[in-house]
Amino acid sequence: MNALRKYFDKIKPNFEEGGKLHAFRSLYDGFETFAFVPSTTGRVGSVSVHDAIDSKRIMSLVVIALVPALLFGMYNVGYQNALAAGQLENATFWGMFFYGFLAVLPKLIVSYVVGLGIEFTVAQWKNEEIQEGFLVSGIIIPMIVPVNTPLWMLAIAVAFAVIFAKEIFGGTGMNILNVALVTRAFLFFSYPSSMTGDDTVWVAQSAICGLGFDVPEAFSAATPLGELAQGAAATTTSLCDQIVGLIPGSIGETSVIAIALGACLLLWTGVASWKTMLSVFVGGALTAMLFDATLAPENVGAHIPWYQHLVLGGFCFGAVFMATDPVTSARTEGGKWIYGFLIGFIAVTVRVLNPGYPEGMMLAILLMNVFAPLIDYCFVSANISKRQKRLTNK
Amino acid sequence: MCVCEKSVTFAQFLQNTIFYFIYMANVIKLRKGLDVNLKGKASLETVTVKASEKYALLPDSFTGMKPKVVVKEGDAVKAGDALFVDKAHPEVKFVSPVSGTVALVERGDRRKVLSVQVAADGKNEAVTLDTKGVKDAKSAVDLLCEAGLFAFFRQRPYDVTANPDDQPKAIFVSAFSDMPLAQDFEYVLKGQEADFQAGLSLLAKIAKVHLGVSVKQSAPALLTAKDAEVTVFDGPAPAGNVGVQINHISPINKGEVVWTMGAEEVIFIGRLLRTGKVDLTRTIAVAGSEVKAPKYAKVIVGAQVSDILAGNLLPSDKHQRWISGNPLTGIKIKQTGWLGAHHTEVTVIPEGDDEYEMLGWIMPRFKEFSTSRSYFSWLRPKKAEYTLDARIKGGERHMIMSGEYDRVFPMDIYAGYLVKAIIAGDIDRQEALGIYEVAPEDFALAEFVDSSKLELQRIVREGLDILRKENM
Repeated sequence: MNALRKYFDKIKPNFEEGGKLHAFRSLYDGFETFAFVPSTTGRVGSVSVHDAIDSKRIMSLVVIALVPALLFGMYNVGYQNALAAGQLENATFWGMFFYGFLAVLPKLIVSYVVGLGIEFTVAQWKNEEIQEGFLVSGIIIPMIVPVNTPLWMLAIAVAFAVIFAKEIFGGTGMNILNVALVTRAFLFFSYPSSMTGDDTVWVAQSAICGLGFDVPEAFSAATPLGELAQGAAATTTSLCDQIVGLIPGSIGETSVIAIALGACLLLWTGVASWKTMLSVFVGGALTAMLFDATLAPENVGAHIPWYQHLVLGGFCFGAVFMATDPVTSARTEGGKWIYGFLIGFIAVTVRVLNPGYPEGMMLAILLMNVFAPLIDYCFVSANISKRQKRLTNK
Repeated sequence: MCVCEKSVTFAQFLQNTIFYFIYMANVIKLRKGLDVNLKGKASLETVTVKASEKYALLPDSFTGMKPKVVVKEGDAVKAGDALFVDKAHPEVKFVSPVSGTVALVERGDRRKVLSVQVAADGKNEAVTLDTKGVKDAKSAVDLLCEAGLFAFFRQRPYDVTANPDDQPKAIFVSAFSDMPLAQDFEYVLKGQEADFQAGLSLLAKIAKVHLGVSVKQSAPALLTAKDAEVTVFDGPAPAGNVGVQINHISPINKGEVVWTMGAEEVIFIGRLLRTGKVDLTRTIAVAGSEVKAPKYAKVIVGAQVSDILAGNLLPSDKHQRWISGNPLTGIKIKQTGWLGAHHTEVTVIPEGDDEYEMLGWIMPRFKEFSTSRSYFSWLRPKKAEYTLDARIKGGERHMIMSGEYDRVFPMDIYAGYLVKAIIAGDIDRQEALGIYEVAPEDFALAEFVDSSKLELQRIVREGLDILRKENM
């Protein structure tokens, strides 16, 4: 520890004003505060003691909460590949996992390198500290895209989202839209064929470094929601597989169990709001029940059981990791209930009523991101008018 | 972590209940807040400390006031003689706490008066005032101005030194502070009950007096105080903040003014009425994890803190932070610093600027205290005491988490939105969101728990200052 500290102290002057590496100050700051808790103390006129929590720890916790879903996603990538190649009996657990690992790792790296690169540059330019927000976005992004998304597309989308959804608003804490979802929306609308298209996007098609299998001919595997949207009478996967997560889908979204592990951590540590999370599920379930009771039997999507709506697609992932993003969700406690409920409502509505879009979670959350300030406005206005009334009733 | 400082025994509980039923009905229960349990609480025992050779009155202790120094270096003064007055209201005097000679008028940048120092002669001579003629509000205010005790009034809005021309809607006194390491007023009150009551009675001549009492307090002098409406507050810190109490008893509207005064300062008034002399002796808590024997000490306002702490600090090769006041709302002072006029404790904690912790964002850090369950303080017993240093423990960010402030902000105000309005400089919105009701100290706990590490007290202070200038 001392050696590292001494090294930091030794190289520090280079990065200070006038030092020859001053252009990389934000990078140095980033690494120093990453290695050591900053030893700056409160100034005169501010509190002398502080809670130990900081945004680094909060963001790290979210990343940790995402790890089970990420690891399972890697395994599922290998599993789906073996399944498509008809080689499931020849595949080993570790073989499938490492195949998935190799398939996902480049996306993770591209996402972090592009996103953090922009963050570092902006921090240097604005003479601010590096903000940790992208640690979370950077890991979420590879998890919400199909495994076959080309890296160059991912790089463009990440750059677009970080610059236009976050940095131009002022960085983490000032953005209106969830950065990871903007990345996905950018891909979704710019390269639709690579995001849903002919259903070949969900399963990795070729061997990587000798691991995995080459799928004989272009194998198409629709997600369960995709099947329903195409008019199938029922999904071909079992409810059990859907909960465990052994179904085609975006890399990290399939396993309800892995997501639930992350949800437990987020709720226990209070990083995510239980109000938002719960109300998303309640909103989704009630809407599904409503459609089930009212719509004509031809609409297949309307008549799958309500709990299946909650386990399929990105519903769980969105509810746990994206709807609860504190920056883009409603900030008033009452507002969180409405915000979450409407996300669930809109997600299921898009699924059921719009045959063009098999999945509605991304659009639902983005739409509610836009409306969250309006919801808060109503709650804050109520407080304001109460104060106003007190004045006039005097 | 909600920590009861004293475990309330059943007998005490019974006694309290009886008090409520017999004497009052006003019990306000607060749920939001946080008691921060720091190591080094002062035990209920008063020791004598060395009398200072010099005493100083700091204009900065009296927020919002522009001082006009009325003495020269070398002048002889008695306790109660004015050292400086408010430029805008020269009748408001800021008086010497001791008798002696003016040793120094210390000035800083642009000749700003930093302190007026008096070398004590040890004779304790004091100006004698006629206290008999107080009949109405006007004469009461005049007497307090003359005695230098009006200076201890603060007003809301703006949390600044009060203006004697105002007609306050009410006067609020909080009989307890539940900030970490704060003075236990019930202990200080012992033996001074009559003075306290006399002080309240005088305040009642000026305006209606509201006395906020903690549910843990049982002294009859508080619970059955005359000439004041007593309200009992039951809840974690900052229930003892007078601002929180005002918000629950009678919130301030635009255009209204209320005055507040520290409970011990009410005793000053009582002493004045009894003896005709100004006696600014306080019983302060000397506390903190770096203090050898945390106890109470009788000192005079403006005493040199190094005399108060002499021989009572734990030996340490690390830096220490001396604070006039408590670690949340107090002011960091130098080792040559003075006890601020309003401060009821002197605390010393480790500074921590020579502390380097590796990989803090992921390590368990068992010794740290946090309201977040990502640390492990939730595993420790509620009575566990923490040694916290003055590190901010993180970098400043934009407001990221929502609802953090509201958890420890027991007022009907959206704290986060108000802070944002202040940062944005939107005065209309600040007014609409209730800035007139708050003081920086009300944001101390929010600043403590803030994961974005914003300097909320400073932000609010600057916001109030700008607003005051605009409205003048």
